[in-house]
Amino acid sequence: MRVGLFITCVNDTLYPRTGRAVVRLLERLGCTVDFPTAQTCCGQMHWNTGYGKRIEPMVAGFADTFAGYDAVVTPSGSCGAMIRDNHPRAAARAADPGLSARVAAVVPKVYDLTEFIVDVLGVTDVGAYFPHRVVYHPTCHSRRLLGLGDRPTALLREVRGLELVDLPGEEECCGFGGTFAVKNPDVSTAMGADKVRHAAGTGAEVLCAADNSCLMHIGGLMDRQRTGMRVVHLAEILASTAG
Amino acid sequence: MTSPPTFLGMPPFPEAARSAVSNPQLRHNLRKATHTIRDKRAHVVGELSDWAELRAAGAAIKDRTLRRLDEYLLAAEAAVAAAGGTVHWAADAAEANRIVADLVRATGETEVVKVKSMVTQEIGLNEALAAEGIRAYETDLAELIVQLGDDLPSHILVPAIHRNRAEIREIFVREMAEWGVPAPPGLSDEPAALAEAARRHLRERFLSAKVAVSGANFLVAETGTLVVVESEGNGRMCLTLPETLISVVGIEKVVPTWADLEVFLQLLPRSSTGERMNPYTSMWTGVTPGDGPRDFHLVLLDNGRTDVLADTTGRQALRCIRCSACLNVCPVYERTGGHAYGSVYPGPIGAILVPQLRGVATGKVDPQTASLPYASSLCGACYEVCPVAIDIPEVLVHLREQVVEGGGHRAERAAMRAAEWVFDDAKRLRTVQRVAARSRRLLPRRAPGPGAAWSDSRALPEVPAQSFRDWWVRERGAPPARPPAAPAQPPVEKNRIEEDDR
Ligand code: SF4
Repeated sequence: MRVGLFITCVNDTLYPRTGRAVVRLLERLGCTVDFPTAQTCCGQMHWNTGYGKRIEPMVAGFADTFAGYDAVVTPSGSCGAMIRDNHPRAAARAADPGLSARVAAVVPKVYDLTEFIVDVLGVTDVGAYFPHRVVYHPTCHSRRLLGLGDRPTALLREVRGLELVDLPGEEECCGFGGTFAVKNPDVSTAMGADKVRHAAGTGAEVLCAADNSCLMHIGGLMDRQRTGMRVVHLAEILASTAG
Repeated sequence: MTSPPTFLGMPPFPEAARSAVSNPQLRHNLRKATHTIRDKRAHVVGELSDWAELRAAGAAIKDRTLRRLDEYLLAAEAAVAAAGGTVHWAADAAEANRIVADLVRATGETEVVKVKSMVTQEIGLNEALAAEGIRAYETDLAELIVQLGDDLPSHILVPAIHRNRAEIREIFVREMAEWGVPAPPGLSDEPAALAEAARRHLRERFLSAKVAVSGANFLVAETGTLVVVESEGNGRMCLTLPETLISVVGIEKVVPTWADLEVFLQLLPRSSTGERMNPYTSMWTGVTPGDGPRDFHLVLLDNGRTDVLADTTGRQALRCIRCSACLNVCPVYERTGGHAYGSVYPGPIGAILVPQLRGVATGKVDPQTASLPYASSLCGACYEVCPVAIDIPEVLVHLREQVVEGGGHRAERAAMRAAEWVFDDAKRLRTVQRVAARSRRLLPRRAPGPGAAWSDSRALPEVPAQSFRDWWVRERGAPPARPPAAPAQPPVEKNRIEEDDR
């Protein structure tokens, strides 16, 4: 099976350690992984801000870059949802009449990292070791659009040394929302502050999620509020070992 | 141009939200109220094993009706007329208000009692009647609180949700005498005492009123029957006691048959008040000699709705049955309350309905209206609870496109263009990453321009020394899986470190 990694522009540029963790983890699980360097961005920022008519090159670029792989794996819930839900919509109104067929060919092969491990590889114990008290925040797109369900927590429960604690109000949005955070900074901060308060109240050391965008927002607030907590991408926890 | 269902002079959402967010009492009231009702809703919805099917049926009935709305409306008109009612068509708010004012004047009365109705607020009926010397009395408890307090509604179902008991008591003590029966001496802020004060105040109103004005939750086309669903029974008093009844109804409220109505009478109470069945369901069909009003008028209101109908993505907003479930789960509404939306329709449904009713696609709306499609983090909680499956996030994004096409914001447009230029080609992305990595010590910890407010409350992430792609190429030396298409000439000098780009 040829697995193509879609690391996403945010991870690539700001969180390369998440991408490295994904590579380490999947290779440890026996996959042959490849990072096609022609990849850029899924177009989510443009789409969600109202510039969706301009993402045709990004949609075509994604479909063509990943056409030859058996599976495409991404560690970002919102980018995965963008591809699954909105690339077909964008392709349907594109100038290129063949784009819809190319998008339709690649979309069913796109998996969130946790889906790929649990559903395709059939594994929940990935052999990780992470001796910390952790809360999992199911980001809105991971939970509602991708429907990851309990896959992330099933993986976390098998991590040795890890104590998973429930996050009150876990289903509530952290308030990032891409450009929402810029256009409505006060509401965004208020939402994020509540998320941080709930997380800090659990006494956990680490908050993890399957999307670095939300973690950037939550982690940024934790930093300013000096909660002593930190944020870690789920892939990094699953990739860590005792040695 | 249709009349605005908005509050005059409201600032754009982000500005209005700022003061709401910094009001701890308001946030406390809202959090408590919305969480109570959302938990109740979740509980009773969870009891039904066929909720998903009911929801799909509700959406399908509404879609089918909207596709052939003209036919169903004509059928409803014929049925109402056959039952002895009179049907009036109003293209916009001004026309509807004039029709109602003329009808009231023809009775010789100068007072009307009102059943809680969103559509009469949308058209500003009370104010229009006041200008004609006609006083409209709200009879729903929460509407009464808003009216006595000279306040604006902030929730579809609970217009006074932003008020607590102490504030309500104070409003009653101060204002009731001005409008009729005064508050009893020594009124406490116990819910039962407040309800009793309202009951006494309203009873006099019901017994003296000759004319009532209502909206309707549904209009059944096959028999011309109107339906009001409510919890207090005040609506039923207004619908049965007066001599003349005038119902103002949006054209999207029609349902073809009684069998269709059955679906909505299951969906609505569970979604809105978290009850298995609503306490009062009143239905009226034309006039019946010796029973109820002697004169019945139905005003069918368009006010922008046919324009919404023409938009194949946006029209799903017309499925809305005004249950307010989307408000109660919305994390943005929970922190800002309804006033920040500047409209009688707040929350997620307001954010997609108001811009459409006001014509955001024409690019001629004010900044307040244009700010509404952005008043969401697109978390999807509203879509999840909506009993008629309106994909509110989809419509929000669709409306953002219309705002952008109508001009958008200059700085944002430039930023998006620049980002496109970078993302349309992997080599350019790599160049930008490297420039950022090399100058990372020089980058400010406060974002420039429109991002400044964001970074004021959050620490920005540090730019790492090496991007993932640089790491991958150095570690694996792998050539790109797909040879990049012939690149356009970049307008900046090719970066020296790009040599291992193959
Ligand atoms: S949009 Fe849906 S959830 Fe919101 S008020 Fe309308 S019917 Fe209810």
